[in-house]
Amino acid sequence: MRWINTRPGRGAQLTLLLLPFVLLIAAYSAGSVARLAVNPNDKLLPNLAGFADAINRMAFLPDPRTGEYLLWSDTVASLIRLFAGLGISTVTALLLGMAIGMLPYLRALLSPFVAVISMVPPLALLPILFIVMGLGESSKIALIVIGVAPAMIRDLAFKALELPREQIIKAETLGGSSWQIALRVVLPQILPRLITCLRLQLGPAWLFLIAAEAISSDSGLGYRIFLVRRYLSMDVIFPYVVWITLLAVVTNYILDRIRIAVFPWSELEKQA
Amino acid sequence: MSDLVIENVWKEYGDQIVLENVSLTVASRAFVALVGPSGCGKTTFLRMLLGQEQPTRGTILVDGQPIPTEPGPNRGVVFQRYSVFPHLTVLGNVLLGKEFSNSRHRAKLFGAARRNAVEEARKLIAEVGLSGAEQKYPAQLSGGMQQRLALAQALIMKPKVLLLDEPFGALDPGIRAEIHTLMKRLWHETQMTVVMVTHDIREAFTLASRIVAFERRRDRPEEKQRYGATITKDISIWPPRLAGVPSNFSPDRDGPIDSLGSRRDDPALSGE
Repeated sequence: MRWINTRPGRGAQLTLLLLPFVLLIAAYSAGSVARLAVNPNDKLLPNLAGFADAINRMAFLPDPRTGEYLLWSDTVASLIRLFAGLGISTVTALLLGMAIGMLPYLRALLSPFVAVISMVPPLALLPILFIVMGLGESSKIALIVIGVAPAMIRDLAFKALELPREQIIKAETLGGSSWQIALRVVLPQILPRLITCLRLQLGPAWLFLIAAEAISSDSGLGYRIFLVRRYLSMDVIFPYVVWITLLAVVTNYILDRIRIAVFPWSELEKQA
Repeated sequence: MSDLVIENVWKEYGDQIVLENVSLTVASRAFVALVGPSGCGKTTFLRMLLGQEQPTRGTILVDGQPIPTEPGPNRGVVFQRYSVFPHLTVLGNVLLGKEFSNSRHRAKLFGAARRNAVEEARKLIAEVGLSGAEQKYPAQLSGGMQQRLALAQALIMKPKVLLLDEPFGALDPGIRAEIHTLMKRLWHETQMTVVMVTHDIREAFTLASRIVAFERRRDRPEEKQRYGATITKDISIWPPRLAGVPSNFSPDRDGPIDSLGSRRDDPALSGE
């Protein structure tokens, strides 16, 4: 049988799914044991006990200086920035993307502009943002929006433009006005794409968030990682990285479930 | 109830002449089939009737009025593909026209207005033989069912003119014969004038009251650019096929119909 036709069973699938994760943990553990055997005070690759201790300290014991549970207060601070940034980007992308996709005049006006803007490296704008907007929350949220929105706008405009011309014509022969067609034909077909688009932008959004927090902040997951870096606290950095990854994975999963629940037809179309 | 008058219509794209000097008068409630080799401008002609494209020269009148320069509710259309909206159920697809015309801003009906519209839509859905599938999405329907749905969706607007662009071209022969029967019944029962583009001559002679052939009079490679297609044959079916008048001969045109033992052109009218 050809390789392209051999498929794993359920059990095999689960094993294969877990295998890379297990291998990663095993490799780490082996490295950690080797280093700690040479020097019990080694800080680069702490063992599980070290992690447990650090996680306990960060998540379940109040910080002696501020009285806050640092992991949770950092998470809340970061998520507020992230979701504010993504929320603003989503709304902008939906409105502009749809308008650019549907209206030839707006397309002529904005499409090349957005294409150019989306090529500006957002991190290069970070100093400007800090100078103009100060070091507060708004500059961090603005960085996420600048980093994520142009790509989303373009993606949604493409998607709106991609709708078969026949559908729009058909809607016109049913008496729909531009507004009605936008509302009942284009918008509902674009929303599933918006969610997918949002999922794809989660990675970049976290990147910009952590970059902004690393440079100037007094709370947040990225801030903490870059703070404890000075003390070589790998026992804190590793759990934080895993935690951020977990947050991103869960958000990604939830968004996809929302799409399937709210737009069941989008899943049918995919199979058809 | 509406006649179409096409006078000396030319269509050019830049230097390329697609149609030249096309004149045609279509009587009210006629069923005209446009046939011809591919690339001869049948579909372009249909698009001009639809208002999707404008003739370069010449005029098109519906009931003595020049047709608007964009598609509108008095000219319904069914395309070969993408005629129905994938994000709406069968019922939602048929309702859409009603919702566009009765709810300007929200394009959605509620309460009694919705109940009335739903009742009308259900009747039409039953008419095209889709009862029971009201809550299904187009992706769950076969190709033939999707085209039936597209017909119901167009008919709810009670268009003066129904334009069909190879509507049954992608269906297999059995399904096609069934939908031909339906199409004939709809033509007899409604008041509309039908113009259908098809590449299937048999289909044209089965359904239409008049067959119009488009052809390039000069088709040598060096002439292709500067000479467009025009009407070369205009055949009226004899004895005349009239909407609402059952014909009394049955020259084996839809296989299955003859096998029912009917001597009628359209067995559905007799209630068989």
